[in-house]
Amino acid sequence: MTRYIVRRFLWMLLVLFVVSLITFLLMHAVPGGPFDKEKAVPPEILANLNAKYHLDEPLPKQYLRYLWDVFIPHISRIPPGTSLTDDHLINIKIGEKLWLKWMNFGPSYSSRSRTVNDYFRQQFPISAQLGIMALLVAVLIGIPLGILAALKQNTIWDYLGMSIAIFGVSVPVIVLGPILIWIFGVTLKWLPPTGWGAKPPFILGFIPSKLGPEFFKYAIMPSIALGLGQSALIARLTRASLLQVLREDYIRTARAKGLPERAVIFVHALKNSMIPVVTVLGPMFAALVTGTFVTETIFGIPGMGRYFVISITNRDYPLIMGTILLYAVILVLANLMVDITYAFLDPRIRLTD
Amino acid sequence: MSEQAAALRVRPEVLARPSRGFWEDAFLRLIRNRAAVIGGIIVITLIFVAIFAPYIAPYTYYEQVLVDNNKVPAWMLWLFPSMKGYARISDRYLLGADYVGRDILSRIIYGTRISLTVAFIGPIISLIIGTIYGSISGYFGGRVDNIMMRAVDVLYAFPGLLFIILLMAFFRSTLARPAPGTFVYMVSQLDAKLGGMLFIFIGIGLTAWETMARLTRGQVLSVKEKEFIEAARAIGAGHLRIMFRHIFPNIIGPLVVAETLAIPSYIALEAFLSFIGLGVNPPTPSWGLMISEGAGVIRTYPNQAIFPALALAITMFAFNFLGDGLRDALDPRLRGTR
Repeated sequence: MTRYIVRRFLWMLLVLFVVSLITFLLMHAVPGGPFDKEKAVPPEILANLNAKYHLDEPLPKQYLRYLWDVFIPHISRIPPGTSLTDDHLINIKIGEKLWLKWMNFGPSYSSRSRTVNDYFRQQFPISAQLGIMALLVAVLIGIPLGILAALKQNTIWDYLGMSIAIFGVSVPVIVLGPILIWIFGVTLKWLPPTGWGAKPPFILGFIPSKLGPEFFKYAIMPSIALGLGQSALIARLTRASLLQVLREDYIRTARAKGLPERAVIFVHALKNSMIPVVTVLGPMFAALVTGTFVTETIFGIPGMGRYFVISITNRDYPLIMGTILLYAVILVLANLMVDITYAFLDPRIRLTD
Repeated sequence: MSEQAAALRVRPEVLARPSRGFWEDAFLRLIRNRAAVIGGIIVITLIFVAIFAPYIAPYTYYEQVLVDNNKVPAWMLWLFPSMKGYARISDRYLLGADYVGRDILSRIIYGTRISLTVAFIGPIISLIIGTIYGSISGYFGGRVDNIMMRAVDVLYAFPGLLFIILLMAFFRSTLARPAPGTFVYMVSQLDAKLGGMLFIFIGIGLTAWETMARLTRGQVLSVKEKEFIEAARAIGAGHLRIMFRHIFPNIIGPLVVAETLAIPSYIALEAFLSFIGLGVNPPTPSWGLMISEGAGVIRTYPNQAIFPALALAITMFAFNFLGDGLRDALDPRLRGTR
């Protein structure tokens, strides 16, 4: 188990390295620079700006500098947060006027007063909240719907449930978002059509400090818009998996020894049928957290997604790199979590390979 | 002879059914599935609408009548009562006009072309790249397989949506002002002719083939150890012949089903890219672009976003129903899985 996790961790480092390299190359291959404005900047100022952000160096050096800043922990006497080029995500005080600093993602080029880490602290938590809420919607609708359809296979409930599922798959966020806003925000005026009900600072980095009705009032529509399609996928998967498990011998054994049907289903069948569901939950979580661009645009939520799109048009190199790396880390960690969860759900699966 | 024995005697006239081939069987199962038939009818209708768009649409998709901007027909007030008071009425436009006075209905009709092109080209691109990659990996196995699949694993760790946005930005700005006569210029001309769709295809191709490659590899692995492959090898068939003549026909079914099921996601991807402004070039009427423009004025003119949204939803419905039906027809054991 330990060896497995160590190996996976090394693999993850390799993946992150490749992801960062491809992103770096692609990003610098795009013509235009971060300081190209409608009104041309005087060449002396441009040269100064490029020198300040080390953009005048050869690309390999720039890349190594980035890796050095982000991946290698530094020990420094300068207190954290003193300058925009010296803002680290993790600062640990290790002595008198001595700090261990790690993960400096650099300043944002397009915003003069913010670093990429500021975006991680203020914008990313909002995307994460939205993603988690959407995942909750997906699981809370999807799994019960799937179970209902499987237990009442080939009845009206089954067909109804699976029709709802197809409906969910067929309605992307860009369709559901405007329709929800129009019905509940504009016509009925039950919910605020745009905005987000939580502001930084956040508890533990992502939990809103006031988790009251105000938060949910804003969160409910975007979460449903984002989560409904995924709930449909989960419902179909749960149904298929549960149907397969219900045909297994150990279910027949459980029934034969006289267990009540409820125990057979909820204790024996359900746990085993959750394996494929858990498999998709990892990538789904990552997709929901990363895939919030459209939802954020439609509902006017100040999350990370909007800034990522803007950062590309602005050639804000550190912000592009930072966002992609952050999401790649989430994706890889989510998949690792899934693999570990397997072993708990099904003891037959051993984490050796 | 007792009654029991008579009942047990084989009665050929009952057992003998007309023998049917695999495809005939699958087709019969498909047309017995009501949802799939409805989906199929809608898809065929959409294809007709796309082909004959110039004859069906009342106006062109680019004609701007600026004095008619945001006008709505009278019946729209009944559907969206909130518009009463400020909306200007014009029954020239069946679903209203957009912010520069283009007919929304005509744009929706022309938009069918974009979504359907993506629906047909997207799967072909990812199928070609994915099957070639996957079958090489699966067929040769060993170290080749290991390296090729690890590369796919790395690509899987890319946040797909972010990657495609970055790619699209790269293509769009690389081709912004190319010098005439160069290769890049030719590519940009081709892209302009396609209304900006070339890069949507490339984007789909670059991000969607990985799943296909994995699926193909798995299929090839399961087929290549069968006896008939060994027999083919024994009589001296080459790698290419074995791959195309013997393995390919045996694995194509599940691949096609997987691609059919992926069509809605390609349609959604195009709409999404156009929504964030990295898809088709205006004034090419993509539903995603129309929803994006309409979403900005949803409080005042909901019709501008809702009708393209409905068109998109209906198309995705149709392809989902059809895809599900096809899968059930080709492999009844898989009903309800995905």
